[in-house]
Amino acid sequence: MRISVSVDGTVYEDDVEPRTLLVHWLRQGIGKVGTVVGCDTSNCGACTVLLDGRSVKSCSVLAVQADGSTVTTIQGLSTGEEWHPVQTAFKECHGLQCGYCTPGMVMSTVDLLSENPSPSEAEIREGLEGNLCRCTGYHNIVKSVAYAAELMGGGSR
Amino acid sequence: MTEVLDTGTALGRPIRRKEDAKLLHGRTNWTDNIQLPGTLHMAILRSPVAHGRITKLDVSGALSRPNVVAAYGAKELGDLNGSIPCVWPVTDDIFMPGFPALAVDKVRHVGDCVAVVLATDAKHAVDALEAIEVEYDTLPAVVDMEAAIAAGSPLVHDDGSNTCYVYNLGGGYEEAAAQADVVVKRRFINQRLIPAFMEPRAVVAAPMGMSDEITLWSATQIPHVLRVLLALVTGIPENNLRVVAPDVGGGFGGKLQCYREEILVTQLARKLGRPVKWTETRSEDMVATHHGRDQIQDIEIAAKSDGTFLGLKVTLLANMGAYLQIITPGVPLLGMFMYPGIYKMDKYSFTCTGVFTNTTPTDAYRGAGRPEATYAIERIVDELAAELGMDPMELRRKNWIAHEEFPYTTVAGLTYDTGNYEAATARALELFGYDELRAEQAQRRASGDPVQLGIGISTFTEMCGLAPSRTLGALKYVAGGWEHCTVRLLPTGKVEVVTGTSPHGQGHETAWSQIASSILGVPVEDIEVIHSDTGRAPYGMDTYGSRSLAVGGQAIKLASERLVEKARIIAAHQLECSADDLEFVEGTFRVKGDAEKAQPLGAVAFAAFTAHNLPDGVEPTLQAEATVDPEDFSYPHGTHLAAMEVDTETGKVRLRTYVAVDDVGVQVNPMIVEGQVHGGLAQGIAQALYEGAFYDEDGNPQNASLADYLIPSAADLPSFVTDRTVTPSTTHPLGTKGVGEAGAIASTPAIINGIVDALRPLGITDINMPAAPMTVWRAIQAAKAGGAA
Amino acid sequence: MIPVAFDYVRPTSVDEAVAALVAGGEDAKVLAGGQSLMPVLRLRMAAPSVVVDCSRIDEIRGIREEGDAIVIGAGTTHHAVMSSALVQQHLSLLAKATASVADPQIRHRGTLGGALAHADPAGDQPAAAAALDASFTIAGPGGRRTVGASDFFVDYFTTAVGPDEVLVDVRLPKRTGWGAHYEKFNRTAQAWAIVGVAATVRMDGGRIAEARIGLTNVAPTPVRARSVEAALVGAGDAAAIAAAAQSAADGTSPTSDQHADAEYRQHLARVLTARAVQKAAGL
Repeated sequence: MRISVSVDGTVYEDDVEPRTLLVHWLRQGIGKVGTVVGCDTSNCGACTVLLDGRSVKSCSVLAVQADGSTVTTIQGLSTGEEWHPVQTAFKECHGLQCGYCTPGMVMSTVDLLSENPSPSEAEIREGLEGNLCRCTGYHNIVKSVAYAAELMGGGSR
Repeated sequence: MTEVLDTGTALGRPIRRKEDAKLLHGRTNWTDNIQLPGTLHMAILRSPVAHGRITKLDVSGALSRPNVVAAYGAKELGDLNGSIPCVWPVTDDIFMPGFPALAVDKVRHVGDCVAVVLATDAKHAVDALEAIEVEYDTLPAVVDMEAAIAAGSPLVHDDGSNTCYVYNLGGGYEEAAAQADVVVKRRFINQRLIPAFMEPRAVVAAPMGMSDEITLWSATQIPHVLRVLLALVTGIPENNLRVVAPDVGGGFGGKLQCYREEILVTQLARKLGRPVKWTETRSEDMVATHHGRDQIQDIEIAAKSDGTFLGLKVTLLANMGAYLQIITPGVPLLGMFMYPGIYKMDKYSFTCTGVFTNTTPTDAYRGAGRPEATYAIERIVDELAAELGMDPMELRRKNWIAHEEFPYTTVAGLTYDTGNYEAATARALELFGYDELRAEQAQRRASGDPVQLGIGISTFTEMCGLAPSRTLGALKYVAGGWEHCTVRLLPTGKVEVVTGTSPHGQGHETAWSQIASSILGVPVEDIEVIHSDTGRAPYGMDTYGSRSLAVGGQAIKLASERLVEKARIIAAHQLECSADDLEFVEGTFRVKGDAEKAQPLGAVAFAAFTAHNLPDGVEPTLQAEATVDPEDFSYPHGTHLAAMEVDTETGKVRLRTYVAVDDVGVQVNPMIVEGQVHGGLAQGIAQALYEGAFYDEDGNPQNASLADYLIPSAADLPSFVTDRTVTPSTTHPLGTKGVGEAGAIASTPAIINGIVDALRPLGITDINMPAAPMTVWRAIQAAKAGGAA
Repeated sequence: MIPVAFDYVRPTSVDEAVAALVAGGEDAKVLAGGQSLMPVLRLRMAAPSVVVDCSRIDEIRGIREEGDAIVIGAGTTHHAVMSSALVQQHLSLLAKATASVADPQIRHRGTLGGALAHADPAGDQPAAAAALDASFTIAGPGGRRTVGASDFFVDYFTTAVGPDEVLVDVRLPKRTGWGAHYEKFNRTAQAWAIVGVAATVRMDGGRIAEARIGLTNVAPTPVRARSVEAALVGAGDAAAIAAAAQSAADGTSPTSDQHADAEYRQHLARVLTARAVQKAAGL
């Protein structure tokens, strides 16, 4: 089936099998390998991208369902040497170790802060419940999100 | 002795990580990202039964499916099937069964590999699995360890016993028990866990056109060890094998392995002359990546009525799973030395029986043997305290090794170089508010509050920094524990630090740069750390057992110092003075007493490169190497405290406060150290509260997906309170100790001790892990029923 | 991780969707938000011949007020439901139960109608729908029909929606001013409810005047705890609520699994019902 999807600012047209998951199309179809797969049960959230501005698990969307939509991946969050404040905050607060969950964590954080610019610690923790990390124990991820909120002018409660 | 000074500019600072830029922008090179032209994708047919004879296997149907190039069962694979190696035959009479990559005749656990299909794309490979005809004659599964070693049990391996080995250490506990006023005996179940690193395993092997070389990219912790093992198993000459671990997304021991899939991919790439790729699904990972823990621990402690420990007896059943993987039999022995923990006592008797069952093989998982040991000793010390009516911290204080007694040789035979348990404990108690929480606990008990409060203590040490090669040899481990580093100063003044460690989240690129920077005086950003590629970093023993800094860090230090010494000779020649007249400060050689006469290290490097004017006998280029075998293990320690709330109406448990004060010696980068502690805590707490991989009686896994194996999310954990005391190691030249496993080792008993402490007035003396609500509620119901009766 | 091959159609009206289901036969499958279907497809536990993607049917999306009821299009996402001012004002219980569904990403895609039609006994919204006396508009080849909550949920993963039918909308009588609480009991935040209690109460003079209670995961279908509802009338303190909640397990038939056996689930139903009602009532 023919689809047309805008990904990180470029419109891609492609023929895909209906069974193709959005994450597989991103990775193998158009080489957006910054978005990764961590599970097959929708638990880990590593594949989180923004679909028309909202966070979704790209393993749980068919590529054909994204037809006509806009996708933002970790690779489209900032350009070149520029850093998105969420990326800056994760580095500054050591919010990542192996980095495999990071694309999903960062994209979920972008969504979380767009909805709630000044989240409390509890709201941060609940807001990230769809993303698993095995390295950090979440302590520094939570700090990163609070710091990102601060950088973006919201601040954490 | 060199005169090299620590410039103090980089060491010990929380420098932000070099690794992060690419990780945060999605520019990471995961193995699954590699897409080589002509790649064949491998899919694996896995056994759905725990134990069975393969009565029919016909892969031919798969061959007629679209895009399928090849399909193999064990028969078709023939000699290429090989046998997966185990490098730790712990006893002379250990039973080491064969471990073919594809099952021959019999399957032995759910997830055992039966056949493979190779197609030009992944989806057609997976589709074609359905066309393989396979039939099993299901056999009774062996799941329970005690049943497995009982007479008449079905055998996992027809040609041997379900007893893999029996290992003994020490003795004389019975004498201690005879003199004791109190003996406390417990059985603890240290349940099976799944490493569940976030990046699923992936392997790509490619014959590289210009030569006979085969390159293997694998999401592994051990590219160097893997290269040796692959050469031995496949017969590919070692010098034709290059193994690369690209960016690796976590390991925790689970990628310390030579896996079936790595053998298959390598062999088939060679046979078919094309790149072959395999990436596991998470569901495969949960049954085919090795598991950890899974021990039944019978432990007995003998003490005097004043609390003085006299002796300890430990009898283990350790589940090997269906096969022996790389160090499966040795994992319990890494714990063997740690059961006495931080305590003084005279007698110690240890016995471990390794048991085969129809389950996924076990092997190293964060802490490997030491979390099990720490759990058992820290739990039984609490039980003894209850028996004696003593405060559990007082009992620990009475028996631990006092700071002035170091170095101290324990009853298990280890010599702890340094430690200060008093200092770490004092700091932890201060941060925790121990007395206030005890008061709140008393108040809740008195008022019959449905939510009871418990305080969990864990005063732990562990042995890490694996390992002195001679010790490994004495334990029959077939490899060494050294580490290598080459430091090169390039003509432009940039530095390459080539290390044999293989990071997968630990931040080696940053920390190693800090060590080299502190010695060379070169800015951290001008240092590139080269690792995890046997083509670029040929020597190494990789990353596991909290060894990378403890052992690899020494090699970086020594190689850097050697480089400075060579540079000093060249600089002296250039400055026309004696080498002894030079001091080396912040990257520049200066003639003592003559500030004008100086030569920066970069200029020396360029001189070494041009070689126009080198002193006699000095070879061009500026590089130095060091291979270091550690003098001893490293012994980090710490005091962890947990405040646990237990809802007695539902059994639900809440971790309210967690304080961890660790002593990991000198910290190269405290930010990274703290991150390692946090991650370890989460995994240790998860063992206590959430995670467990269980089987039904037919050997069917009950937790074989992330929907059923409960990894905590951010919403399930609190922020941690952490701090460090610093007691430098005296056996490690940088004064450092390992930190990667400490949090996971310490935290599990702290949590369970806290829960039991909350419920002890009800008569509860143990809670099985994970402390799921129903488990806790059932224990409360049973205690109430018992109390009434 | 790779689903079996299937055909895909993307109707833009309910009639087209029904026609596609009829044409697709028994193995046709409706895709609403896909958050329950996709995992099943990825694990190859389902092999539909055709997937009928209903996510672009405008007429089944949106939330509107119709007199004494709120009507929610079946294709409205969880996120839209929980964020809706109408729902928060008139159906606080539904907003709260919906906010506890899975995680933000899944709530962005998953739909109310999809979750109700999927009828997972551990799902959070069926109990809320039962407690709120929801009725359901179902479209099929023979036209449209309306079904009440007691007839809608039939069995495990089975509802009144036939294989060639589409759930169009959910109609819920307003419970304006009622207190509400959804008490979800699970082992980790990601895990499904072991037991859930959806409680909403109308207070009058500090006492409970009316109560509606639905229970999650204590039977093949959501259970209305009617005897508790009756006993709660007039309750004005925690003790009275706890006493009323003692019958919460009546009429339940829970399953046993590794996280909870039937007896424990019934115990939880009683304890959690008391807690949920207390919080809903503010007592």
